[in-house]
Amino acid sequence: MYLIKRKEMLHSTIFLMDIVAPRVAKNCQPGQFIILRVDADGERIPLTICDYNREEGTVTIVTQAMGASTHKLMALEEGAYVQDFVGPLGCPSDLVTGDIEEVRKKKILFVAGGLGTAPVYPQVKWLHEHGIEADVIIGAKTKDLIIYEDDMRKVCGNLYITTDDGSCGRHGLVTQVISDLIEKEGKHYDLCVSIGPMIMMKFCVLTTRKYDLPTIVSMNPIMVDGTGMCGACRLTVGGEVKFACIDGPEFDGFKVDFDEAMDRMKLYRTEEGRALLKFREGDTHHGGCGNCGGDK
Amino acid sequence: MALPEGFVRVPITEQDPKVRAGNFEEVCLGYTDEEAVLEASRCLNCKKPMCVEGCPVRVNIPGFIEALKGGNIEESYSRLSACTALPAVCGRVCPQETQCESKCIRGIKGDAVAIGKLERYVADKARSLGMKPVVTAAPNGHKVAVIGSGPAGLTCAGDLARLGYDVTVFEALHEAGGVLTYGIPEFRLPKEKVVRPEVENIRSLGVKIETNVIVGKSVTIDQLMEDEGFEAVFIGSGAGLPMFMNIPGENAKGVFSANEFLTRNNLMKAFRDDSDTPIYRPARVAVVGGGNVAMDAARTALRLGSSVTIIYRRSEAELPARAEEVHHAREEGIVFEMLTNPVEILTNDDKFVRAIKCVRMELGEPDQSGRRRPVPVEGSEFEIETDAVIMALGTSPNPMLSSATPGLEINKRRCIIAEETTGKTSREGVYAGGDAVSGAATVILAMGAGKDAAAAIDEYIRLKRTNL
Ligand SMILES: Cc1cc2nc3c(=O)[nH]c(=O)nc-3n(C[C@H](O)[C@H](O)[C@H](O)COP(=O)(O)OP(=O)(O)OC[C@H]3O[C@@H](n4cnc5c(N)ncnc54)[C@H](O)[C@@H]3O)c2cc1C
Ligand code: FES
Repeated sequence: MYLIKRKEMLHSTIFLMDIVAPRVAKNCQPGQFIILRVDADGERIPLTICDYNREEGTVTIVTQAMGASTHKLMALEEGAYVQDFVGPLGCPSDLVTGDIEEVRKKKILFVAGGLGTAPVYPQVKWLHEHGIEADVIIGAKTKDLIIYEDDMRKVCGNLYITTDDGSCGRHGLVTQVISDLIEKEGKHYDLCVSIGPMIMMKFCVLTTRKYDLPTIVSMNPIMVDGTGMCGACRLTVGGEVKFACIDGPEFDGFKVDFDEAMDRMKLYRTEEGRALLKFREGDTHHGGCGNCGGDK
Repeated sequence: MALPEGFVRVPITEQDPKVRAGNFEEVCLGYTDEEAVLEASRCLNCKKPMCVEGCPVRVNIPGFIEALKGGNIEESYSRLSACTALPAVCGRVCPQETQCESKCIRGIKGDAVAIGKLERYVADKARSLGMKPVVTAAPNGHKVAVIGSGPAGLTCAGDLARLGYDVTVFEALHEAGGVLTYGIPEFRLPKEKVVRPEVENIRSLGVKIETNVIVGKSVTIDQLMEDEGFEAVFIGSGAGLPMFMNIPGENAKGVFSANEFLTRNNLMKAFRDDSDTPIYRPARVAVVGGGNVAMDAARTALRLGSSVTIIYRRSEAELPARAEEVHHAREEGIVFEMLTNPVEILTNDDKFVRAIKCVRMELGEPDQSGRRRPVPVEGSEFEIETDAVIMALGTSPNPMLSSATPGLEINKRRCIIAEETTGKTSREGVYAGGDAVSGAATVILAMGAGKDAAAAIDEYIRLKRTNL
């Protein structure tokens, strides 16, 4: 059992948790992820590591209540425990394992979409601690959904905020900001790191390709074990099959087959919807509405 | 002509195939007390027991059966549990027909003694009576780490604990047992009733099991030895990496590795209503492969409500699965397409599997394995309509641990290189065994390797102590 030492609501459905997991906290690096299970019947949920405190032995995760399992997680308060917490999984970001002098020569742009802002943070913070200031674009649907703004400001170079509805910062998609920065505002970048919903990463890559700007993306497909054992997380990258959990989660965005990756996410959609309804409606959910198939 | 009494084994009760095809209860119901004693009485208690030669862990077979003849369960269990940490498991999943039972003198003119079924009976009976294995030595304070809680790791841990070592098992998943927990299905090996209690028995010897620790990620072997004071390490990390065919369409929705399908069902309990983990339950499933894993995946899909076809590229005679499993699969209504090999997976407009395109094969010259090599028959392409494809093509060791352990040598197949009789690796104090060394094999071979390594680790630590 793993203690939830701190919980903070970042929005009505987005929350942060510091979880006590000393082995993970000791050995993790930015770019890696963990898998947790809320309770004994829970599924294994992969979440990117958003911060860690080696002294206190805690790991920070941020997520949004969407399916049944993440709703169950949100229902837990400080002082409660999650059943299982394992990691760090996947490879650390190339930025932290590569030659730091090479990284220093580069002008780096991070593009964070929605929840993806949380996993971008430890990378930007790590660079900052190594004397490198990276620029960051944070995009969200609307003002309320912008997270980590203040934390990010403390560790990054320029911070650009954009919202789909214009309620905060610029008005429009992150791709527009990338184009504006490069074409209108005279910025030059050598590397882009994009983390967010798959659809955002796909369009981000379509944009950066126009500028020959190498782009790293962090893939979050369906997973089970997270250790290379099941192949649920397989992706096509540069024409080869890769397992996101052991070969990734970060890949060269120009090589990822996003259409296939997004399509594979749809596999369990109806089952997940059913589980969520069951969770929300508890014993009152008996199916028969004709929509969800819960009676079948 | 029927054989006279004594030459035929006492029949065992199984669930009716039609009924069991719809549930996850165990297929074989086991012997009753009377049946077990009767079957035991067929054992001739040979002076030179050939059966023991056939057993990779050299279980004292005549010994435990002899005690059973007189109905002395306590003595029988104590003889059995002194040799094996997982008798209720082995009694169910070992290929006895090619091991102990194949050497039984009774088998020359009739049926071999049902050693496996008797082992299972004694283990089950002992559990129901609350018997536990006993520790033989006082704690010696020396710490040993075991990586992986499959049969190899559990056996090594159990043996070392009996010798007085302070053993911690580190397991990557959230539940101990290795393939016994995530791979082999409930209807062959019940988890609550059999696997968990056997794991608990090993705990009762003083073994600590830390789940959710991936050695190589959560902690390294170097950290375990340098910072945490473990004097030796045993690696029993298995061969968990699934293979795919690399044919077109393999990433379509509805194509799974057998590992994924079985893990969802066994470890994550997706077949139960109270599990949050989803599993795909289409009308038709095709399983590719002919081993135990293929049989298990097929029979699981059947129980989840699908009609199932097994596609295998060689012929019946080469099926690597145990004869009993193939027989059970057939009885339950699984269709076999032999001498058939997939070439492409076809999808519908929504990229869900629609069919699997195959070619017919014929058997040519024998290959390295001595089995006749299947070769495609030209122009024989045809389609089998299906909604899902499960690939059960075999597995290889996971490089996650070896790549994080400098100086640990592996071979081309990514198997850890270890000395045959001791499990000694290229790193001092580090031993390995089971599927991680041999590639995918059997429960009992993994146990044998764990046992040998425990003895070697004991010797290594004693020697180090005297040299200090
Ligand atoms: C579906 C299926 C059916 C089978 N049926 C039979 C059968 O009927 N009879 C038979 O004899 N054999 C059968 N086998 C084969 C048998 O199960 C294996 O040969 C045996 O389990 C190998 O044991 P092991 O201890 O070497 O490894 P495993 O049982 O694979 O256990 C390895 C354990 O190590 C853990 N691990 C891996 N890496 C790490 C790490 N870095 N850190 C910590 N932990 C780690 C894994 O999570 C796993 O729990 C079957 C296999 C499968 C998959
Ligand atoms: S999640 Fe199972 S192999 Fe990646």
